[in-house]
Amino acid sequence: MAGTLILVFIYYVAAAAGGAAPPEMLAYIFVGSAFYMFVFQAFFGMFEVIQGDREWFQTIRYIYISPISYYAYIIGRGFTQMVVAGIGVLVVLAIGRGLLGIPIGFNLALLPFFLAVLVLGLFITIAIGVAIGGITFLTARHGGGMSEGIAGVFYVFTGVIFPLSVLPVWGQVFGQWIPLTYWFEALRRVLLERSPPQADAFLMAIPESTLLLILALSLIVVSLLSLAVFRYVEHLARKKGKIDMTTAY
Amino acid sequence: MNREDARVSNPLVLNFRAFIGRAYPRVIGAHRELSWIFFNTLLPLLSVAAYVFVYAALGAPAAFAGFVILGGTMVAFWMNVLWSMAAQLYWEKEIGNLQLYMMAPMSRMALLGGMAVGGMVMTSTRAAATLILGVLIFQIVLVVVNPLLLAGIFLVTLVALYGMGMLFASVYLLYGREAWNISNLLQEPVFLGAGFYFPVQSFQRILGGPGRWIAIGVSLIPMTLGLDAMRQLLFPELLEWAFLPADIELYILIVLAVVFVFLARRALAYIERLAKQEGRLTQRHL
Repeated sequence: MAGTLILVFIYYVAAAAGGAAPPEMLAYIFVGSAFYMFVFQAFFGMFEVIQGDREWFQTIRYIYISPISYYAYIIGRGFTQMVVAGIGVLVVLAIGRGLLGIPIGFNLALLPFFLAVLVLGLFITIAIGVAIGGITFLTARHGGGMSEGIAGVFYVFTGVIFPLSVLPVWGQVFGQWIPLTYWFEALRRVLLERSPPQADAFLMAIPESTLLLILALSLIVVSLLSLAVFRYVEHLARKKGKIDMTTAY
Repeated sequence: MNREDARVSNPLVLNFRAFIGRAYPRVIGAHRELSWIFFNTLLPLLSVAAYVFVYAALGAPAAFAGFVILGGTMVAFWMNVLWSMAAQLYWEKEIGNLQLYMMAPMSRMALLGGMAVGGMVMTSTRAAATLILGVLIFQIVLVVVNPLLLAGIFLVTLVALYGMGMLFASVYLLYGREAWNISNLLQEPVFLGAGFYFPVQSFQRILGGPGRWIAIGVSLIPMTLGLDAMRQLLFPELLEWAFLPADIELYILIVLAVVFVFLARRALAYIERLAKQEGRLTQRHL
């Protein structure tokens, strides 16, 4: 919630300083920021799961040698993170609408679209989170900086809190290759009463059916990549004896 | 007693060695983990960049980008205070080092002091990278009004901040069964309260009377006044957004630094006494 409130204050500061800040823009920022909680929770949460088991509780060796798939175990922990984030998202949206009066709505006609988009996006987020978490097998306990940083890439380039059109051209092109850009756009289609004048024309021109298709195809690609990255770093960590290392400095 | 024994029996020499000994792994560790340079400098800059783009999307004056970059620079120190100062003694307990610290014939303040200075040096890499890259990439114009006052405010802010971290280290040890969660809790709410990405005076402007009290309350976090003062000295064109005059903020920061270091000393003495009386201080919670 605090992260979203920072953006609310930025909005009001910009408005007070003479910026172009229509209420629709606040809703645009607010919805993106609320749903970004899923992304951050998946990325940072996966890091916490692996580092917590490895460094804090030092139980990773027991989990790792148990006759289960560690990948499946991590995915399961990821879903827990999503449930926790989901509660946060609901609370933030309720506060935004109820207390702050931000124009957030829900287009009931798009309910099936919303559910499909939500599920696809969450699976994509978890798959990316698992790959990032896996990389921290190889890092010291301060590897949170990596999760934080990669989450930052998504924060900047997927139009979470500002339209892609604000970015330089190369940044816009890069953002168009990230599946979560389409996820945030699809969510806004359902939750925003009106689009702000600053909204990205490229994304607004994509029909809902195409957004769904992009997300479904992305899920397949991202899942395969995630599994490959996880297996590779796991192999490296085993080879270097880092699976259960502790870094005390 | 040979010469070396005589030197070590001198409390000043012993505590200085403890201080250096605790600072050393942080400074050296930062260079041994080369991945940190990438992950802890370049990548966090992206989150900071997002706020710069929000101001741009909202058509705010360009100087606000400088506010964000400076806030993003100081985030590194707050994160270090939370994760590597406040949570550190708890962490040492969990991995079994705390009993060694308690048994060693040194002052625990020397230990925390070494941890703080080592942390400051280690964190300066990330902070400097954020500042330099941010200024270059977003073409921030810094107008240094009073370099001496600016340096003084920066240093006093760090002393007060790490003093707070030293105090938190003892508090976490006493009450923090899950130091991890407490640090998480103090992360984003403090980014909000201390005005890392917007001027703290906006509490008053937006929320009116209650906002002023909020701004006064969050001024107990040294970063709040430190950032506000540094912004006044670097971005004079946005002076209307200042909360208090910079020199007043410096005096308050000096008081905060003294109070936090004093309280940290008292808290350490308290946990040392508990360690001897109850013998449960090093008990681990798995």
